[in-house]
Amino acid sequence: MRIPCPYCGSRDVSEFSYLGDAAPQRPDPSGDASSVEAAFFDYVYLRDNPAGPHRGLWYHGAGCRNWLVVRRNPSTHEILEVALAAKEPAA
Amino acid sequence: MRYSLFSLLGNTLGGHKGWKPTWRDAAPKPAYDVVIIGGGGHGLATAYYLASRYGVRNVAVLEKGWIGGGNMGRNTTIIRSNYLLPGNIPLYELSMKLWEGLEQDFNYNAMVSQRGVLNLYHSDAQRDAYARRGNAMRLHGVDAELLDRDGVRKLYPFLNFDDARFPIQGGLLQARGGTARHDAVAWGFARGASDRGVDIVQNCEVTGITIVNGRVTGVETTRGPIAAGKVGIAVAGSSSRVAAMAGMRLPIESFVLQAMVSEGLKPIIPGVITFGAGHFYISQSDKGGLVFGGDLDGYNSYAQRGNLPTVEDICEGGMALMPAIGRARILRTWAGLCDMSMDGSPIIDRTPTQNLYLNAGWNYGGFKATPGSGLVFAHLLARDEPHPAAVELRLDRFARGAVIDEKGQGAQPNLH
Repeated sequence: MRIPCPYCGSRDVSEFSYLGDAAPQRPDPSGDASSVEAAFFDYVYLRDNPAGPHRGLWYHGAGCRNWLVVRRNPSTHEILEVALAAKEPAA
Repeated sequence: MRYSLFSLLGNTLGGHKGWKPTWRDAAPKPAYDVVIIGGGGHGLATAYYLASRYGVRNVAVLEKGWIGGGNMGRNTTIIRSNYLLPGNIPLYELSMKLWEGLEQDFNYNAMVSQRGVLNLYHSDAQRDAYARRGNAMRLHGVDAELLDRDGVRKLYPFLNFDDARFPIQGGLLQARGGTARHDAVAWGFARGASDRGVDIVQNCEVTGITIVNGRVTGVETTRGPIAAGKVGIAVAGSSSRVAAMAGMRLPIESFVLQAMVSEGLKPIIPGVITFGAGHFYISQSDKGGLVFGGDLDGYNSYAQRGNLPTVEDICEGGMALMPAIGRARILRTWAGLCDMSMDGSPIIDRTPTQNLYLNAGWNYGGFKATPGSGLVFAHLLARDEPHPAAVELRLDRFARGAVIDEKGQGAQPNLH
C-alpha cells in the first residue's frame, strides 16, 4: 500500500504510523455528568468499523512529519483521498 | 459412524468405499430454537456443546461461505493458556482442559499436540514480567515454568543466544501448550453437532436480524427468512457489521494479521517458540512447514490480505531469532481478519436486544479458545446467564471501567 502524502508524494506505507479512526471527536467535558460520561464512553470505545470508505489518522514520521487524514477503503486497500489533518474541519 | 481402530480396519478391507460424509450439509428449516450466525470454530463449538452438554438440539449454524473457511482456516494453530489477568485465565484454562480431552469427546482426530509453548525473554524487565505471569498462572492451577538461559539452551540449542540487541536470557514455558490441526477442529465439532441433530447450513449469509418490540425473532438470509427463539452472533472479524444489523456499535475494530508457511522441512522445531522482543512466533506443522507470524498490519482492514512491509518485518524477527531458517523458502502468506476489541479481551454476553447474544472481540487469539468459547457461549444461550469462567467478559465492562487490559495498551486496538 502506498499513501500519496500531500507534501512528499506517493510513499510506502512503512513510512507512516496509524493512530486510529478520525471520526471520534473529544466531547465537551462540561455539562451534565451522566451525559458527559456516556459521550466519553462513546468517544473512547465505540467505533463504526465500516467495511467501506473510512477516514483514519496517519502520521508521516519518516517524511514530512505531518498528521494526515486518509480516506481509504479497508476492504480493498484503495486510498481515496488524503488531506493534512490540520486543514480538516472538525467533523 | 463412530471412528475406531475397527472402523479403520473394516474400511481398509472394504477398499475405503464405506466412509460416510463427516457431517450433513443441511438445508435451512423455517424455524429453530437457536440460530448461530457464523460457521467458524466458535460457532460450531457452540452448537456442539449446546447439543451435547445442554440438550438443545433444534439448532442451526448459518455460514455465509463454507464451514471453517474464515479465521478457522487462517491461523497458526497454537493452543495455550498462558494468560495473566484473573478475568482471562479461567476461560483459557477451561479451553485448555477441553483441548486435552477433545478428541475422545467428539471422536475425531484433531491432532492436538502438547508440544510446549515457550515465550523467550531478553531483558531483566521482561524476565520479571514473565515471572509475574508464571506466578499468576500457577495461582490459578495452570502449569508454568520459568527457564533460565541454560534451560532454554537445552530445549533449543539452535537459537541465536548472542544476538547483539536481544540476547536470549531465558523463557517462560507452558509445557501443556502446543498446536492442533485447525481444519480438523472445525470438522470434528461440525460432525459432533450434526450427529446430534444440529443443522449446519453453508452458503447462507445473514442479511438482516429481525427485531420485534426489542426482542429478536429471527434472521433474514440469502436462503430466506429463518425464525429463531434465540440468536447467537459468532462472526469474528465481521462482528461490527453483523451487530450493526441489530443497531449496535461495538468497542471493536477489524485488522488483518498475516502469517506464513515455509516449504516442508525435516523436523527442526519441536514446540512453539515466541520472540517477545521482536514479536515473532513459530512452530512446525506435522507436514514439515514452518508456520510463523508476528504483528498486526497496524491499521484497520477487512481485506484478508496484508502488505509486504509486515512480511519483511516478521522475517527479520525470524532471522534474528534463528538464523538457521534463513534459506527456507516461504510457500505462501495469508491474512486473517482480527476482531480487535478495545482492551484486547473477548466479549461474551447478552446484548440490549432480548434473546440476542454476542461472542466477539477475540483479537488474534481466538483459535486456542475455540472449545472454551463454545462451551461458555452455549451455557449463556441455554441458561441465559454467564458461565462462571466468563463472568468478567461482559459487554458493559468498558462503560463500567472494568476493562481486562491484558497487554496494558488501553483503548488502542491496533496495539493489542
